[in-house]
Amino acid sequence: MKLNVNGRAYEVDVDDDQPLLWVLRDHLGLTGTKFGCGVAQCGACTVHVNGAARRSCVLPIGELAGASVTTIEALAMPSGEPDRSSDRVALGAHGLHAVQEAWLAENVPQCGYCQAGQIMTTVALLAANPTPDDDDIDSALSANLCRCGTYPRIRRAVHRAAEALRKK
Amino acid sequence: MMERRAFLQLGLAAGGAFVVGCALGPTGSTTWRHYHRTGEFQPNAWIRILPSGAIVFTLDRVEMGQGTTTSHAMLVAEELEVDPRKLQIELAEASRVYDNRDKQIAIQITGGSTSTASSWQPLRDAGAVAREMLRAGAAARWGVPVAECVAHDGTITHARSGRSASYGELAGDAAAQDVPHVRLKEPREFRWIGTSLDRLDLRPKIDGSGIYGIDVQLPGMVTAVIARPPVPGARLASFDERAARARRGVVDVVRLGEAIAVLAVGYWEARRGADDLRATWTGGQPVDTGELHASFARLLDRPGTKVARDVGDARAIAPTIDAIYSVPYLAHATMEPQNATAVIYRSGPTDRCEVWAPTQTAGIARFRVAEAIGFDLEDVAIHTTLIGGGFGRRGLVDYAVEAARVAQRAGRPVKVVWSREDDLEHDWYRPMAVSRLRGSVRPGAITSWRHQLVCQSILADEGGDFAGALVPDATPRAARRVLSDSIPRAFARGMMLDSTAVEGSADLPYAIPNLRVEHTPVEAPVQVGFWRSVGHSHNGFVTEAFFDELAHAAGLDPVAARRALLARAPRHLAVLELAAEKAGWGSPLPPGVGRGVAVHASFKSYCAHVIEASVEGKRVRVHRVVSAVDCGRVVNPQLVVQQIESAVIFALSAALYQRITHRAGRVQETNFGSYRALRMFECPVIETHIVPSSEEPTGIGEPGVPPVAPALVNAIFAATGRRIRTLPIVEAL
Repeated sequence: MKLNVNGRAYEVDVDDDQPLLWVLRDHLGLTGTKFGCGVAQCGACTVHVNGAARRSCVLPIGELAGASVTTIEALAMPSGEPDRSSDRVALGAHGLHAVQEAWLAENVPQCGYCQAGQIMTTVALLAANPTPDDDDIDSALSANLCRCGTYPRIRRAVHRAAEALRKK
Repeated sequence: MMERRAFLQLGLAAGGAFVVGCALGPTGSTTWRHYHRTGEFQPNAWIRILPSGAIVFTLDRVEMGQGTTTSHAMLVAEELEVDPRKLQIELAEASRVYDNRDKQIAIQITGGSTSTASSWQPLRDAGAVAREMLRAGAAARWGVPVAECVAHDGTITHARSGRSASYGELAGDAAAQDVPHVRLKEPREFRWIGTSLDRLDLRPKIDGSGIYGIDVQLPGMVTAVIARPPVPGARLASFDERAARARRGVVDVVRLGEAIAVLAVGYWEARRGADDLRATWTGGQPVDTGELHASFARLLDRPGTKVARDVGDARAIAPTIDAIYSVPYLAHATMEPQNATAVIYRSGPTDRCEVWAPTQTAGIARFRVAEAIGFDLEDVAIHTTLIGGGFGRRGLVDYAVEAARVAQRAGRPVKVVWSREDDLEHDWYRPMAVSRLRGSVRPGAITSWRHQLVCQSILADEGGDFAGALVPDATPRAARRVLSDSIPRAFARGMMLDSTAVEGSADLPYAIPNLRVEHTPVEAPVQVGFWRSVGHSHNGFVTEAFFDELAHAAGLDPVAARRALLARAPRHLAVLELAAEKAGWGSPLPPGVGRGVAVHASFKSYCAHVIEASVEGKRVRVHRVVSAVDCGRVVNPQLVVQQIESAVIFALSAALYQRITHRAGRVQETNFGSYRALRMFECPVIETHIVPSSEEPTGIGEPGVPPVAPALVNAIFAATGRRIRTLPIVEAL
């Protein structure tokens, strides 16, 4: 099975029904994408497939031939990112994607476990809608659970990132 | 033995310092020997200054979101005179030197909202001792008076001679000094404490590099998925081992009592292999939550078996209101499912076991792992990792014990990973609690209060873990086992009062002349455990909701009624007044919106919430939560605000939606679809106000939880006239 992840080609030897999440974590060693529920209810496993936010825990690898996958590890890669959102990448003061920079500025993470998923969802949201209002944020991010209760800060960080990207 | 740092790079930190004996003693000889062996200046168990100049801080209270990385680095840095952002932070492995200074839980544990209070003194001492040894070392090197050597930003300077040296350069000089007695800074001298320094653990949590327990990788490691009995006490009847072994990627199948572990190259292969087993179980306890609730409620017709408080004669006064309140079993549902990684090394003179676990208590993990695999304590090492949410669940160590047992049986490194279903079906639940409250009023006054509580004892389930880990390491194995087996029985049978059951009720702050609190402990085949705020989580709800009922019955405003009875509870009163003022208590609200208040003290801190809510059909909308908190002196205000936001959202999830239900012994809520948690679209505005204080620091992780549910049901009453006495609210509407 051939796969393109973060701009690199991989070949993995797994059954076609294995979800992308476990290919990333157990076979490619990319553990930044998290396991939370296994049934697309919590969003911790969110990655980009051809630029769209997808729940990798329910995405069989057999359906991904020719697709390009981006994970949290490659979000700030300055070049070589095949992801459609790459044209919006703005590396900030910490050498990170504007969304990650906003997460730092708002001190969003507590335990941090859900944040890769929150960030990947936000990047996809801002690629599709550069000026989201609170309702847009609710629609996009209510599928991502956080048990520590970082929602108020996530909301502020999304607005901050949107503004930073608009100024770019 | 494998060198752990060769293969494990935590995003936040390496696998933990090797700890020399804590040198906070009369001489610096241990420190000197350590310097000669390693080139490091290690004055105590928390600080190491490396030849490279790096200053390493070993964090002994785990980071699970509550911010210890930042607050504790600030405590050390304040006295060490360094910028906390320049510390290299490592996570401590299991060692008795890291026992919690809170005497009730003097084991290596992060819990009970004790982290700041218990580290406040020792970490500042640790920083001050290191600083004074560095100053003395510099003075000796330069032949100048110590008093003229100034520590600032990682450098010792002697102004008169124009000399200066970094801490790294002075490591050898400092290591040769006696360990001094130190004077700690006065608060007015604080440079870092009291500031909202940005969290120090942000970067690995936003770029995918942080290593949580579930991310640990060891060479040759396989992943295990365990098929567990679905009903408490059920016996394994049949399973198809051959089918599992035939699955691509499966490498082994190991039986563990009534459970079976399937080992494979990855989680998915192991999970499918476990499905292939088609395991069946028989017997067990067919627990039914409804029947259990009815049996608890029947006990309320009789007086409680334990009296936790008795003032005046509450039993002699006819009640104005006689009400039953109920709260359900609750799961923790941490975002990171339970997991642990273990390896047994057989190459040395004795076998050794190393475990990596996202645990709140390396101390209990070491004891339970050693016991389970028949090792001595000194042959078990526990490494902690970043933790994807704790809330008390990681105070249990069942996942670590499983990993060690499977690794021992399979003879290879193993990571055990639970599914979300495993996590919700095999939790140690917040106890279901049924309360009867009787209260009397006359116009303008509350005259009598009686609370009878029926619930299981948490210490009947968890007390053995604590007893076994509290005793000294040298305690013979058999004695440790007797102790850890007998303590739970004493609580289960009610021979000892489990204070965690009545906390938040027995200490009701209101000056009511007749006041009685009774507990009837019961046994039930549902395992229970500590859940963020423990007994306060239900007692805070029932006491503050029932107080509201009595206030209305007496014709009193809810804030005024509380104020009148808190004259001798000034810190309760202060948070109540602050929350009420900031919320605009008494000001008009839009139609359909009600305002409710609650105040509650827990973990030595005080918290009040005012909540604005409305009800549309079966849907509750929480618009705004205004909080006031007094947790003594604040190390980092931003972390306090975050913990209140966290507590509010965590407690709203439980109050509105959550309950664990058993039917025929099986848990009915098996994933986030049926065990709902608050989501972004329903998250209220949360405003947090901190009462300035110069008291000793107290808890902050939990105290925000208890007053949420009562403030919310009180707001719903104000909005609709409906009293809700049973949680979760959506079930009661």
